[in-house]
Amino acid sequence: MSALPPYATTPQRVWYYSFRVICGLIFFFLIAPIVVIIPLSFNAEDFFTFTPEMLAFDPEGYSLKHYQDFFSNSDWQNALYNSVRIAPLATLLSVSFGTLAAIGLSQDHVPFRRAIMAILISPMIVPLIISAAGMYFFYSRIGLQGTYIGVVLAHAALGIPFVIITVTATLVGFDRSLTRAAANMGANPVTTFFKVQMPLILPGVISGGLFAFITSFDEVVVVLFVGSSGQKTLPWQMFTGLREQISPTILAVATILVGISILLLATVELLRRRSERLRGMSPT
Amino acid sequence: MKVTQTLMTASVVALVAGGALAEDMTIVSWGGAYSSSQQNAYHDPYMAANPDVNIINDESSAEAVAKLRAMNEAGNVTWDVVDVVAADAMRLCDEGLAMEIDADTQLAPAPDGTLASEDFGELLVSECFIPQIVYSTTFGYRTDMVGDTPPTSVCAIFDTDAYPGRRSLEKRPINNMEWALLCDGVAKADVYDVLETEEGQAQAFAKLDTIKEDVIWWSAGADTPQLLADGEVVMGSTYNGRLFALIEEQKQPVGMLWDAQVFDLDGWIIPAGLSDERKARALDYIYFATDTQRLADQAKYISYGPARASSAPLVGMHAELGIDMAPHMPTDPENAKNTFLYNYEWWADYRDDLDAKFQAWLSQ
Amino acid sequence: MSDATDTGPVLAADGTPLKRSLNRALRREKLRALMLIAPLLLFVLVTFIAPIADMLFRSVENNIVEDTLPRTVVALESWDRMTGEPPDEAVFAALAEDLVIAVETKTHTRLGSRLNYEMTGISSLFRKSGRSVKRWDLATDGPFREKFIELDEDWADVGMWAMIQIYSSRYTSGYFLNSVDLQLSPDGIAAREEDQRIYITLFKRTIFMSLTIMFSCVLLGYPIAWLLANLSAKASNMLLILVLLPFWTSLLVRTSAWKVLLQQQGVINDVLVWVGLVDDGNRLIMINNQFGTIVAMTHILLPFMILPLYSVMQTIPPTYLRAAKSLGATNWTAFWRVYFPQSVPGIGAGCILVFILSIGYYITPELVGGTKGVFISNRIAYHISSSLNWGLGAALGTILLAAVLLLYWAYDKIVGIDNVKLG
Repeated sequence: MSALPPYATTPQRVWYYSFRVICGLIFFFLIAPIVVIIPLSFNAEDFFTFTPEMLAFDPEGYSLKHYQDFFSNSDWQNALYNSVRIAPLATLLSVSFGTLAAIGLSQDHVPFRRAIMAILISPMIVPLIISAAGMYFFYSRIGLQGTYIGVVLAHAALGIPFVIITVTATLVGFDRSLTRAAANMGANPVTTFFKVQMPLILPGVISGGLFAFITSFDEVVVVLFVGSSGQKTLPWQMFTGLREQISPTILAVATILVGISILLLATVELLRRRSERLRGMSPT
Repeated sequence: MKVTQTLMTASVVALVAGGALAEDMTIVSWGGAYSSSQQNAYHDPYMAANPDVNIINDESSAEAVAKLRAMNEAGNVTWDVVDVVAADAMRLCDEGLAMEIDADTQLAPAPDGTLASEDFGELLVSECFIPQIVYSTTFGYRTDMVGDTPPTSVCAIFDTDAYPGRRSLEKRPINNMEWALLCDGVAKADVYDVLETEEGQAQAFAKLDTIKEDVIWWSAGADTPQLLADGEVVMGSTYNGRLFALIEEQKQPVGMLWDAQVFDLDGWIIPAGLSDERKARALDYIYFATDTQRLADQAKYISYGPARASSAPLVGMHAELGIDMAPHMPTDPENAKNTFLYNYEWWADYRDDLDAKFQAWLSQ
Repeated sequence: MSDATDTGPVLAADGTPLKRSLNRALRREKLRALMLIAPLLLFVLVTFIAPIADMLFRSVENNIVEDTLPRTVVALESWDRMTGEPPDEAVFAALAEDLVIAVETKTHTRLGSRLNYEMTGISSLFRKSGRSVKRWDLATDGPFREKFIELDEDWADVGMWAMIQIYSSRYTSGYFLNSVDLQLSPDGIAAREEDQRIYITLFKRTIFMSLTIMFSCVLLGYPIAWLLANLSAKASNMLLILVLLPFWTSLLVRTSAWKVLLQQQGVINDVLVWVGLVDDGNRLIMINNQFGTIVAMTHILLPFMILPLYSVMQTIPPTYLRAAKSLGATNWTAFWRVYFPQSVPGIGAGCILVFILSIGYYITPELVGGTKGVFISNRIAYHISSSLNWGLGAALGTILLAAVLLLYWAYDKIVGIDNVKLG
């Protein structure tokens, strides 16, 4: 789909432009739902649709009251607090275990590599409702249901596949002669790991961590079952809100979350490019 | 590296902060306007008097029986006080999931010294249950969507010719089965006798079938008010207090249809199996929250009748709107011309059976 | 010395045979790899695999009957249900004894609920009887057969007793049979009553809707992937952000957005009314039904189709198309005969991924699906948190899990799990 050649026939021109229009519409379908909630979150009324004042760009039609509600309502603030104290710890667990294991998996001779990989990836494959149900029963038995630790462990398990996948991907392009060179020059394995290996795979580790973070931060099914009201997270509060007390505050929260996802997305993109550059894989 | 360090620090801080919280008391209720009335009338004054207690609200009353059963089987009860309807309380009491409470020794007497058991009278339908309010399940309709003939009978819900549009009904058999039979020509006195038979149940389902395509099924008390406010439904069933909030506080174009309203009770239970310390705290809360003044206070925020006889004279004006609450009570003679009595015993016996059939019917 | 080296094995520097030394090194390397993996493996086994195994076990476990009515179960062993006669006094006496204890510990209602899954009516029978049995005196009030039947004539029902007998074993296939609309009855495996058959319909609906979502994703994803693969790197990177943004946006955010858009008083209906395509009185019903679920889930899963398609299409040299055209193929033939076949692996990968994700979806159908647009997952959640029929929930979950693992295996065969890319 490079530029239209000057010798194109009329049908080719028609097709060329209509194809672009079709693609434009599909992009619109992808983006519009996310964009549309942003103005709606500034609605001065408690409605989920555009009021006549909003369409006329009358300042009267807009307000920050739903944001005020989010920041003053104790339910939402509790939920935010819970999300913020669950996700980082879950991320830390999955990143530290996951990175070690990914390094182990990328060695040349790993017995049962396929089986191990299948087990480690399984939290991503098994439908969330089944994981949630299983954890609900099992964590109840061992007294972890409804506890902070229980939710953190569950979320860490869900984040692990992402860390494994991103870190092994960085290790694929990793030049093993570097570690051997380091060993040759007298570095012990720990030094080699932190001074040579880590800086190179760090972009992969961080983006894996971001995936794990967003998995926990965004997760609702498992926390619904494994948590109790003391662990009510933002997505949980949104879920109840959507099902029970629908209030436009949800749209304000959604807008804030979209902002966060843009930040995360930008970080991951930058890391990916940096990693490609470091490993000399980038064509540009 | 910096990011990892920051993450680590954040997590450690989070862990320490998490461990420092103590004395949480989880109170389970229904959410929405009802929970805020409890927050105003009970929770806030209680926490002001007991600064060491932190009340956590959980809006799971709709699934209370199921969740309590699950917690009990797992041996890990995380709730301290639970707001349930009378039928659920009886079920929980039956199964040993709720603690028995002696009204006279564990609840506050009326200001004039009348014992609690006498003050609540026959509303104490179960040994585990302390009633708070009398409410009714009734209908609201959009005044701007029914033309010049606002509905006056509950059977309007089945009349899709006169009142086209979607309606919302609760996603459970209770009430819906009774209304279906009433509108299919069964006399009020015979409803439960008919419903006990296979044919009667089939008859009720057949009646519900006629509007099945037009129904949005709700599972939370706030659904119907929201659906009415959004104009998604023309009419729908919900609790009368929710409709009051919608009409009087939010000024939505919605009218009340009191015909065949179903009276019910709502109140507290304390789950069985709490530690002594938590049990004492829960009992202390209950003692406070169900005294004469507190029950009357709640009626300032929501139009449900207080369950104590001694509270009735104390009910006055709405706290913010300043309107007289009496005409908005389900028990007001003008509203209670045609009421339907909900049969607790019958539903306690048949609920499991009908739930299964109802769910199967829904998904067909 | 030199003789020995000529005939013996090659030696390493320290004098051990090289083969052994290499083997040892290899073993050490394997061990080191395993040591690195072990903590995580252990972690996943405990926090994730054990819970799943525990759930699978629940789908066949059936201790409640024997635990609640131990004496009755033993006495009932000798009863022959084919005689058409209700059991004799010994069984009823055992039942009275069991029930008195059960009522005291308040477990009889739970047993009633359990048996009620198999035969509607048993729950109320146990509740009712429990209330009277409480007042009986075991020593003096016999014989109990007449007393029970007097209490409720259902106690003389052979079918009811047969149910208790069938379900008195500690393990049962009953839940699995229930999850495919069958049941264990006195006459062997039979179909459930018509008004209780729902699971086959639900499984079919889940598959049908997942397929619809999958096809919509191919339809919408293919042009986008093609565009991305054929633009300059700079432009495609820009556009890729439009695909990745929804991918990174919270699922709840996207679901709320669709709720806002699709409602009868929502944005889409408002626009249609404003344009005049739809009459204000006849606003379209696009939510709380299958349509709502399909639209919202297509949107949510579309990035999972575009990304694998895009990575496959990037590897197809554009010169092939030009070569085909210069050899006289029309645009369509060139695309269909040359380009499309090469993109099939991408379609396969995307389809399996989208299908796996969609058949297990819970949140979105729950919020926008109403009663007709829900999946088997919603039913599993219902059984776990509302009806408390945990066994049935576990059995349904096991079936779903088996289906997903089968697809996962296919995915691994076709794409290889190592090739999964994120972002």
